[in-house]
Amino acid sequence: MSSNSFAYNEQSGGGEATELGQEATSTISPSGAFGLFSSDMKKNEDLKQMLESNKDSAKLDAMKRIVGMIAKGKNASELFPAVVKNVASKNIEIKKLVYVYLVRYAEEQQDLALLSISTFQRALKDPNQLIRASALRVLSSIRVPIIVPIMMLAIKEASADLSPYVRKNAAHAIQKLYSLDPEQKEMLIEIIEKLLKDKSTLVAGSVVMAFEEVCPDRIDLIHKNYRKLCNLLVDVEEWGQVVIIHMLTRYARTQFVSPWKEGDGLEDNEKDFYDSDEEQKEKADKRKRPYTMDPDHRLLIRNTKPLLQSRNAAVVMAVAQLYWHIAPKSEAGIISKSLVRLLRSNREVQYIVLQNIATMSIQRKGMFEPYLKSFYVRSTDPTMIKILKLEILTNLANEANISTLLREFQTYVKSQDKQFAAATIQTIGRCATSITEVSDTCLNGLVCLLSNRDEIVVAESVVVIKKLLQMQPIQHGEIIKHMAKLLDSITVPVARASILWLIGENCERVPKIAPDVLRKTAKSFTSEDDLVKLQILNLGAKLYLTNSKQTKLLTQYILNLGKYDQNYDIRDRTRFIRQLIVPNEKSGALSKYAKKIFLAQKPAPLLESPFKDRDHFQLGTLSHTLNTKATGYLELSNWPEVAPDPSVRNVEVIELAKEWTPAGKAKKENPDEKFYSESEEEEDSSESSSDSESASGSESGEDEEEDHSGDSGEDSGESGSESEAGKGRAAKHAKARGKGDSKDVDKEKENSKSSESSSGESSSIEESSSDSESESESESESESRTITKAKEKKTKQDRNPLTKDVSLLDLDDFNPVSSPVVLPTPALSPSLIADLEGLNLSATSSVISVSTPVFVPGKTHVLLHRMSGKGLAAHYFFPRQPCIFGDKMVSVQITLNNTTDQKIENIHVGGKKLPMGMQMHVFNPIESLEPAGSITVSVGIDFCDSTQTASFQLCTKDDCFSVNIQPPVGELLLPVAMSEKDFKKEQGMLSGMNETSTTIIAAPQNFASSVILQKVVNVANVGVVPSGQDNVHRNYLHRQPSKP
Amino acid sequence: MIHSLFLINCSGDIFLEKHWKSVVSQSVCDYFFEAQEKAADVENVPPVISTPHHYLISIYRDKLFFVSVIQTEVPPLFVIEFLHRVADTFQDYFGECSEAAIKDNVVIVYELLEEMLDNGFPLATESNILKELIKPPTILRSVVNSITGSSNVGDTLPTGQLSNIPWRRAGVKYTNNEAYFDVVEEIDAIIDKSGSTVFAEIQGVIDACIKLSGMPDLSLSFMNPRLLDDVSFHPCIRFKRWESERVLSFIPPDGNFRLISYRVSSQNLVAIPVYVKHSISFKENSSCGRFDITIGPKQNMGKTIEAITVTVHMPKVVLNMNLTPTQGSYTFDPVTKVLTWDVGKITPQKLPSLKGLVNLQSGAPKPEENPSLNIQFKIQQLAISGLKVNRLDMYGEKYKPFKGVKYVTKAGKFQVRT
Repeated sequence: MSSNSFAYNEQSGGGEATELGQEATSTISPSGAFGLFSSDMKKNEDLKQMLESNKDSAKLDAMKRIVGMIAKGKNASELFPAVVKNVASKNIEIKKLVYVYLVRYAEEQQDLALLSISTFQRALKDPNQLIRASALRVLSSIRVPIIVPIMMLAIKEASADLSPYVRKNAAHAIQKLYSLDPEQKEMLIEIIEKLLKDKSTLVAGSVVMAFEEVCPDRIDLIHKNYRKLCNLLVDVEEWGQVVIIHMLTRYARTQFVSPWKEGDGLEDNEKDFYDSDEEQKEKADKRKRPYTMDPDHRLLIRNTKPLLQSRNAAVVMAVAQLYWHIAPKSEAGIISKSLVRLLRSNREVQYIVLQNIATMSIQRKGMFEPYLKSFYVRSTDPTMIKILKLEILTNLANEANISTLLREFQTYVKSQDKQFAAATIQTIGRCATSITEVSDTCLNGLVCLLSNRDEIVVAESVVVIKKLLQMQPIQHGEIIKHMAKLLDSITVPVARASILWLIGENCERVPKIAPDVLRKTAKSFTSEDDLVKLQILNLGAKLYLTNSKQTKLLTQYILNLGKYDQNYDIRDRTRFIRQLIVPNEKSGALSKYAKKIFLAQKPAPLLESPFKDRDHFQLGTLSHTLNTKATGYLELSNWPEVAPDPSVRNVEVIELAKEWTPAGKAKKENPDEKFYSESEEEEDSSESSSDSESASGSESGEDEEEDHSGDSGEDSGESGSESEAGKGRAAKHAKARGKGDSKDVDKEKENSKSSESSSGESSSIEESSSDSESESESESESESRTITKAKEKKTKQDRNPLTKDVSLLDLDDFNPVSSPVVLPTPALSPSLIADLEGLNLSATSSVISVSTPVFVPGKTHVLLHRMSGKGLAAHYFFPRQPCIFGDKMVSVQITLNNTTDQKIENIHVGGKKLPMGMQMHVFNPIESLEPAGSITVSVGIDFCDSTQTASFQLCTKDDCFSVNIQPPVGELLLPVAMSEKDFKKEQGMLSGMNETSTTIIAAPQNFASSVILQKVVNVANVGVVPSGQDNVHRNYLHRQPSKP
Repeated sequence: MIHSLFLINCSGDIFLEKHWKSVVSQSVCDYFFEAQEKAADVENVPPVISTPHHYLISIYRDKLFFVSVIQTEVPPLFVIEFLHRVADTFQDYFGECSEAAIKDNVVIVYELLEEMLDNGFPLATESNILKELIKPPTILRSVVNSITGSSNVGDTLPTGQLSNIPWRRAGVKYTNNEAYFDVVEEIDAIIDKSGSTVFAEIQGVIDACIKLSGMPDLSLSFMNPRLLDDVSFHPCIRFKRWESERVLSFIPPDGNFRLISYRVSSQNLVAIPVYVKHSISFKENSSCGRFDITIGPKQNMGKTIEAITVTVHMPKVVLNMNLTPTQGSYTFDPVTKVLTWDVGKITPQKLPSLKGLVNLQSGAPKPEENPSLNIQFKIQQLAISGLKVNRLDMYGEKYKPFKGVKYVTKAGKFQVRT
């Protein structure tokens, strides 16, 4: 037992009796136990007994008391064997408390801790994700080197878990394992690489944290995930955001060229990004700028901007430092408003934010000038905050605002907080030197302060005046005389020393006063402070040189006093001065120059901000706050001269080529007359499609455009040239890269939001079920096709191959697919695929393969009644097709009928009023609809997994009608083919999440399985899992992937 | 990231410690105590302290120090913000964040800290999620638990943690569905000697109390949203919707939370609702001075100004004060030299004033500067910026909720220099 617990025992000895009484009841609150409990040997015996009892309540009580001991910092390690037995307890609270104990003491009792490992290993296989996660958490927190291989295995497994929550915990475990055994670095990096590809927002923050801790220099791992991280950023939890933003700041500094180089031109260059694309294209030709911002660079800056509005000060600060370090200077201004907002927060937040503003305001005054008044000091602010605010005010001072500021400073000087008042005087001195217009005013003000009653104020003023006078060659005899008088009253050493120095320096200008001052100080020499003594010596020496007649004896007297002073510095100085000024036979050549040495023109001290030297630290870091390099600080590199290859970040483009081509091929088998005619106008439609692409602000669309304008040699006005460039590039990549694994495909695809890439969506999902041979075949075939096409394009013979492509694309767009037969599914039936997959065991079980809808209800809904639509009627229904416009979208077929006797012209979708997050891909405008004619178009709507209504306007040439589409829940689902085995497995993994189960008693006539099936598929788009049992129907629902 | 946490009370006792990695000895806090001693008062303890092997980042909340131990580079605001979140959670769970409350609930505190951080990195900080994992203590529950042996710890993973809306717990049910919003505006101002405004701005927040069943999707619109100069949002608010339409659209967390906080910039003219006439003078070479302040309404938009309090930090040389208020009551603490005058309501007919003599330490020089007056007040049913909520719509649920908006204007950091 430790000695301090004995000591504690003595104190609480009196409580012993009551304690025993309480323990008998065993229902005391933890606090009671906590207050009275002592880690006495006997008591621990008692706890051991409780832990070994059969009753959970006794165990729980004992555990609570033990946790109380841990919280207090008392040693409870000897209970380890008794506690560890309960690790497998059924009671979840006991279990949790045992975990707390285990994590605390496992390091000390390694052998015993091993007893618990098997429990965790079992729990790692638990169907409940919460239990899996917490087992991993505790297992990885037990710092016992012997279990490193077990941890490694567990992390590996968990990183492939279906539950993102478990994967998040795996990311955390990586750091723990790394700190336990850095040898594992290589293996861990592999897992980090894998987890970085994860597209769950839950995982992103944690894995970047692990990255920063384990391998912050492996910037190459980020390339492929850069765009994804940028796009996910807004949805990541706050803490993850901070970590990711800091990491991306470092990343950007290594990958992009500096946006700061250009001076004046910068402004309008930046403006272009906000202009419409047409304008930009035009300008792209005219302007031949050496610098164009990398679109990825722009992406980061744009996507972090909303986070300035975060409630979390750390996030705001992180964005602010990102803007400061990587945004063009003209754009960094937006951060000041948000930073000023943080000043309303707690004093700790204020402290850090003010420090950072202080550093910023030195370099770029203009940023904070409009907020000058926000830095005015209140008498209730803590001193450290006051001084920081003062620092910022000083940095912001200029000719325009100095008079207001000086008035404000006047109030501060009188503050009761003397430390602050002194700092204000320093500030006034700095203003006087930096703004010459007011230096006289400042000096006068400071001189007035010399008659202040408070000594600290006077002393500080003296020191500052000394500095000011030294800087100005103009004569200030009066002031010096005034200060000489002050010498009688001032006692603060620094001030006295300053006055003496000043008189010595100007001794020729005040010939009458100087010797007198020396006389006075010689008298008080012995009682002066060391600092003052040195200055007295100096003054003596200077006077001896200039006015030896009057002061020779005085000086010698002082030198004699100094010779026997207690302080060696003073003795040294005395000896030095004597040798230098008093001529004797030993003195060398130097004494000739004594006058020059002592009365040389001295450089004026520079009054600088104490924050001057902090700018080499990344803002918002601990190192910046402390102004020293903290352990683990990662240096922000300088911008590279030449940007590294930006194509390393290209991921989605590769998929683009692979994905849409097979789709086109599949479609070709089923040509539809009407849509051929439509595609005849490919010139127009391709243009419009590219328009819609850029209008929707999709990332890759813009990327292409900006890249393209960067190439500025090409003509960008022509239609289709963009898509050509994109495809050419894409094909190149496809060739270079070859086949990626199917998982990759899925993830990367998520990034690409351009309509082009998603147009091939239906087939890409097929592709991921790469087991079916026919698929992989068509894939390789299509690949080669693309390559050849790319070659053709490179030679730029004509645009024919292109137009062919475009028409295929358009076919895709307009395919009415009113029956499931036209779906590009493989010849195998879904169930067969599922069976094949089942054979393949677990390796591919996580791959999602979408099957065809089992049933498509023909039920149509009225979108626009012909009465309210002035003769235009519209109906819609859900064809249950994977949407061709984007894998998050649900496809909706709209049939338009003209019931009037005139042509209806220019039918298109007008203003969309979609709830937040929803997206809609509209159909191309229909030029005209003949009387009694009808046309079917398809649109894609991303309902964000909600049943919210999508409202938009259906417009004709003359009118606009507001219409709504509200999806039934069943239409938001996606059928997935899988074997029963897989189904069960998935079901097990997901249990505890969103589970709804119910038993339905069916009427006898409905008992046939086909009837039930029919009823179910009627309302929801689900697939059928072949089932061994007759009376159980498994319908596997797969959520349409929503916005992560 | 965060290595350990120590909770320290005012008298310097470490009454709770929690380690997320290897154990760090309590002795590391000695560096903190050293810094605390150096600083004159608690407000001036530097939030970041460097020690030979660790860095200490601390916050001061409700007379407690939360001292965290850091070993490597980390954004200091990250830690500070997290520590405040911890304190907020305690406040939320126990009703107060005091030493007694923490000691009484030490097991829950430990369970909370365990969930909030994993290996020093924040795991679950949303109050809605935490409350599903660990139920807050209530008297009823502690009685039930002791009888039935059931626990405070939930055994399912909060569904919110996995969804797109991690801030809302699932399966919320109320019999009365209500949504209340409090628009609270605070005026920060510095008024100079002559009564003119040196600096004034309005800081506002909208606090919501939402008790709605299911997954309601709310949108709140304002009559004059352009007024808001700078806004910070709860994560639930859809930023794009605000950017495009200036409508707050969100799926709310369950219970009380801060929806937005905003600033109405000083560019707009801020109406100052009160004025103060003051004459404070200390006579030279005499041990007494005069003190006289009067408060009156200025631009109060026809509303009564309530709960006025004046706080003055008198100079050190003041020994005692002998005053008579025409209204309310006053106290003067001769130790801290703080004068507090609790005025109450202003009636325009008879303006409240406080007059009398000040006793100074004899022989000491008279104070250089007159103390500044800190004023608190409250105006009900008025948002001084003129902000008005237009309407609240609910989507996604069928029932009809009770809705309510309340406006209050208060003095924030309202200081009158004399």
